[in-house]
Amino acid sequence: MANDYYNSSDLKKFGEITEWSEELGKKFFDYYGKVFEEGALSAREKSLIALAVSHVVHCPYCIDAYTKDGLQRGITKEEMMEAVHVGAAIQSGATLVHGVQMMNKHKKLSM
Amino acid sequence: MAIKKSLSARKNELSNPENQLHFLSNGIFREGKLASFEQKVKADNDFPLRPKKLEILQINVGYMCNQVCAHCHVDAGPDRKEIMTRETMQQCLDIIKSTSTHTLDLTGGAPEMNPNFRWLVEEASKIGVKDFIVRSNLTIIRSNPKYYDLPEFFKKHNIHVVSSMPHYTKDMTDRQRGSGVFNLSIKALEELNAVGYGKEGSGLQLDLVYNPGGAFLPGNQESLEKDFKNALKKDFNIEFNHLFAITNLPISRFLEYLIVSENYEDYMTTLVEAFNPAAVANVMCTNTVSVGWDGYLYDCDFNQMLGLKVASKVQHIKDYNEKLLTNRNIITSQHCFGCTAGAGSSCQGSVA
Repeated sequence: MANDYYNSSDLKKFGEITEWSEELGKKFFDYYGKVFEEGALSAREKSLIALAVSHVVHCPYCIDAYTKDGLQRGITKEEMMEAVHVGAAIQSGATLVHGVQMMNKHKKLSM
Repeated sequence: MAIKKSLSARKNELSNPENQLHFLSNGIFREGKLASFEQKVKADNDFPLRPKKLEILQINVGYMCNQVCAHCHVDAGPDRKEIMTRETMQQCLDIIKSTSTHTLDLTGGAPEMNPNFRWLVEEASKIGVKDFIVRSNLTIIRSNPKYYDLPEFFKKHNIHVVSSMPHYTKDMTDRQRGSGVFNLSIKALEELNAVGYGKEGSGLQLDLVYNPGGAFLPGNQESLEKDFKNALKKDFNIEFNHLFAITNLPISRFLEYLIVSENYEDYMTTLVEAFNPAAVANVMCTNTVSVGWDGYLYDCDFNQMLGLKVASKVQHIKDYNEKLLTNRNIITSQHCFGCTAGAGSSCQGSVA
């Protein structure tokens, strides 16, 4: 078994997933590229969304990639940290909103 | 990364260009992990690079500067004493009269600190070049009362002002260029605006230069320009014409930063992987000659700092011969990957 589950140099090999499934891999990368083009949202806004999501899905490759992408776009560290907090707020909110389910069940079962 | 002195004053081994070139030719390049610049260009049958029509004469009037920026490829600073003499300036003026170049580009250090700077500008502007650039670091304008009239002086001679501004926020600017630089730069930009620079219809051109504040490439020049324009207008009511996005080349103090921060291998890998053959066709060494403070000639300002004089019988401004100079091979090494990565990079920004 490998010593590390995550190896930063593996990010550069991402494109190799296409070698074992050419059609699906190609479709994915075409889609991925299209998603990040300028659109109704700017590429800058999309970069910040990607950074926030990278944290929520705990993807170290994505965090490296979109921190660098943000720097290249001139995005400030304050903007990046606010984006991370948006992700964290949604994630913690998603946990806490289940508290209502707990309360519902508690009330139903309690006298 | 606060730096107080030049590599030269610190007697750092990288202050010797030979050590830089040795470093750039060994390690990951010698081990074959990365292709050399020569190998990459050869693969597209573009090697050796050759000059096209000579369009820009870039004159470095000295390495003295009031700032000590962390990324400076010149290793400029207050402790650098290399200054172009009036005699060498006169030799440059004689050439400007006869050359076919349409752009004269004065750089440094802070060119304004050369005691003969104003004389050179006055004499050169009488000759009448199409585009007369002065690369001003902005803070020099507010550093001493003797420079306060520079905006008016530039206006009088219709100088095209090109100024460094790595970001529209204080934090990122001061990290690269030194504490307090952002506020002084804003003040200088306000004064340039006040005399008409950067204002629509004034005919007074004010461009900004963006260098990344770390081990990453510049983003899209057009998008950065849009963001800079919006932010500087909104926060300070400042206007400018264009933004030039320039990649940091791995030489001098930026090379030191890459090594110390352990970013060197990753940065070089990024540059090599972003190699763009379309940028090779338009690199600035193909239309520029760089003149050093002592009158020697180079393919570009970067080769000047690496001590790589032009590969020609003509090596000094006093012997300048455009035909002979155009018939030369351009000297390249691994630092050239900085000009060919992504959208390419030159003193006029992206090239591809």
